[in-house]
Amino acid sequence: MFLRMSSDSPHAVTGERPVAHLVAKDVLIEYPTPGSDLITTAVRDCDLVLDRGDFVCLVGPSGCGKTTLLNAVAGFVPLSGGTLELDGRPIPGPGPDRAMVFQQPNLLPWRSVLANVTYGLELSKKVNKAEARSQAADLLELVGLADVAQKYPAQLSGGMQARVNLARALAVEPEILLLDEPFAAIDAQTRELMQAELLRICAARDVTALFVTHDITEATFLADRVCVFGPRPGRIVKEIQVPWGRPRSHDIRRTPEFTALSEEIGDVLYSAIAEARAAQLEGAAR
Amino acid sequence: MRRASTSKPARTPTRRPGGRSRRRTSSWLTEQRVIGTSAVIVALVVWELVALARVKPALILPGPIDVLRAFRDLFSTSAIWTDLWVSAEELLIGLLIATLVGLPVGLLIGWYKRVAYALNPFVNFLYATPRIALTPLLIIWLGIGSSSKIAIVFLMALFPILINTAQGMQSLDQGSVRVARCFGASDLQLFRTVALPGTVPFVASGLRLAVGQALIGVFVAELSGATHGVGLMMSTAGQQFQTSKVFAGLFIFAFAGVTLTAVLRRVEQHFAAWRLGS
Repeated sequence: MFLRMSSDSPHAVTGERPVAHLVAKDVLIEYPTPGSDLITTAVRDCDLVLDRGDFVCLVGPSGCGKTTLLNAVAGFVPLSGGTLELDGRPIPGPGPDRAMVFQQPNLLPWRSVLANVTYGLELSKKVNKAEARSQAADLLELVGLADVAQKYPAQLSGGMQARVNLARALAVEPEILLLDEPFAAIDAQTRELMQAELLRICAARDVTALFVTHDITEATFLADRVCVFGPRPGRIVKEIQVPWGRPRSHDIRRTPEFTALSEEIGDVLYSAIAEARAAQLEGAAR
Repeated sequence: MRRASTSKPARTPTRRPGGRSRRRTSSWLTEQRVIGTSAVIVALVVWELVALARVKPALILPGPIDVLRAFRDLFSTSAIWTDLWVSAEELLIGLLIATLVGLPVGLLIGWYKRVAYALNPFVNFLYATPRIALTPLLIIWLGIGSSSKIAIVFLMALFPILINTAQGMQSLDQGSVRVARCFGASDLQLFRTVALPGTVPFVASGLRLAVGQALIGVFVAELSGATHGVGLMMSTAGQQFQTSKVFAGLFIFAFAGVTLTAVLRRVEQHFAAWRLGS
């Protein structure tokens, strides 16, 4: 096959190997099932390494635990086992060094667009108000919303709200950007535009990103590496290298290589689902 | 059709069905106002005609012109100013205390579950009780002066404010809360940046409900024994069959209610500009 599964990641090209940024090892996440004594295992034996500047996508069927892993990195969910470290330190809880971009924009409706972007900076009190406003203005320029800075979220379209959401997360200059299906609620055309925008912004700001999606072509288009999640309990069944450098143009979507890579990711995903289903049936039969 | 260019604005905005009409905020004469004012005028005329037809004697059903005359007589003496001043004082002080108590207590009930558990029995009991029924008790305790009236107004106005504030606090948008937590917001920051602004619309509508309740409070409290006040004036006039004077008092109450509600609506709009769409 022509697909390169070798280790020539974008960093390998530059010759130096940066220190690992986010390291997950044997991560186990369990939580009690509501209304019973049973314990649900959401994620088990999960290993993941992100270098600084990496863009990694987690793909998997819904309910496979990929969002749970993301929430654990964000600090919302405690680990039941294994280790999860950012720059060698375990994650204590939510913090502005890991900014989350949710599927719903969740903008504060009583704040103007600009005030929404400065929100994280205001909370962390790292910079004064004037500085926060000028940084936010720069970010709005970057996401192409400079002219609506004084409007309220209710006056924006869904795509514009998603951009504000992204700008707000970037404003706190996070060590790592966590994105939980941020474009799932946007129409298909806007979504493709936003994907290219995201890559451009990540390149401009040298962002490390962990991106959860169930959309295989989205993962192929965005990621340096695609981690395929298998269901129940969630674990990474395969990591697939994406050969193109970033940012990328929409043209690569039409290349046969892109299609082939997406198909390969799909094959891994569907066989993982089939395997899990077979195991489930076997367990039920026993 | 082309018009000669004049500075005179169009009287009414033209509305096309289905299309978006451009609203002229500068023109006072909107469609809404024209129709509303006309309807009021029609109602007044009908009332006057019914009164003129003398279905009932003027002593029982005066017309608008009789009421206007009563107003003129009323304001020709100085007694009305004392009555107005006393009633206004009772209303405003009662409302003010109700806000000063209801707002923080409502915030506490909404924010701390345990405070809610402790206070809910009392709130539910007092809310379900017709508080106006406490009037005789409060007059025994506080006398027939202003303080018993202020207490009634306070009790009437307290609960709409308190309950609405607590409800606003309890129905925070969980998405906003999650965002604040994600940025590492402390409890105090969460309260200040998400809970308080999210509660403002609830507080505003609580205040508007409170105005209505407070007016009922002033009126009924003055009926049950008072030395001055518009309510007392009405009750005295009623006993003397000065029906048009009763109507005049009624309109004073109505005017107070409409004015206060309009002011609060302004305040509400100021704080809730973000709710208006594009």
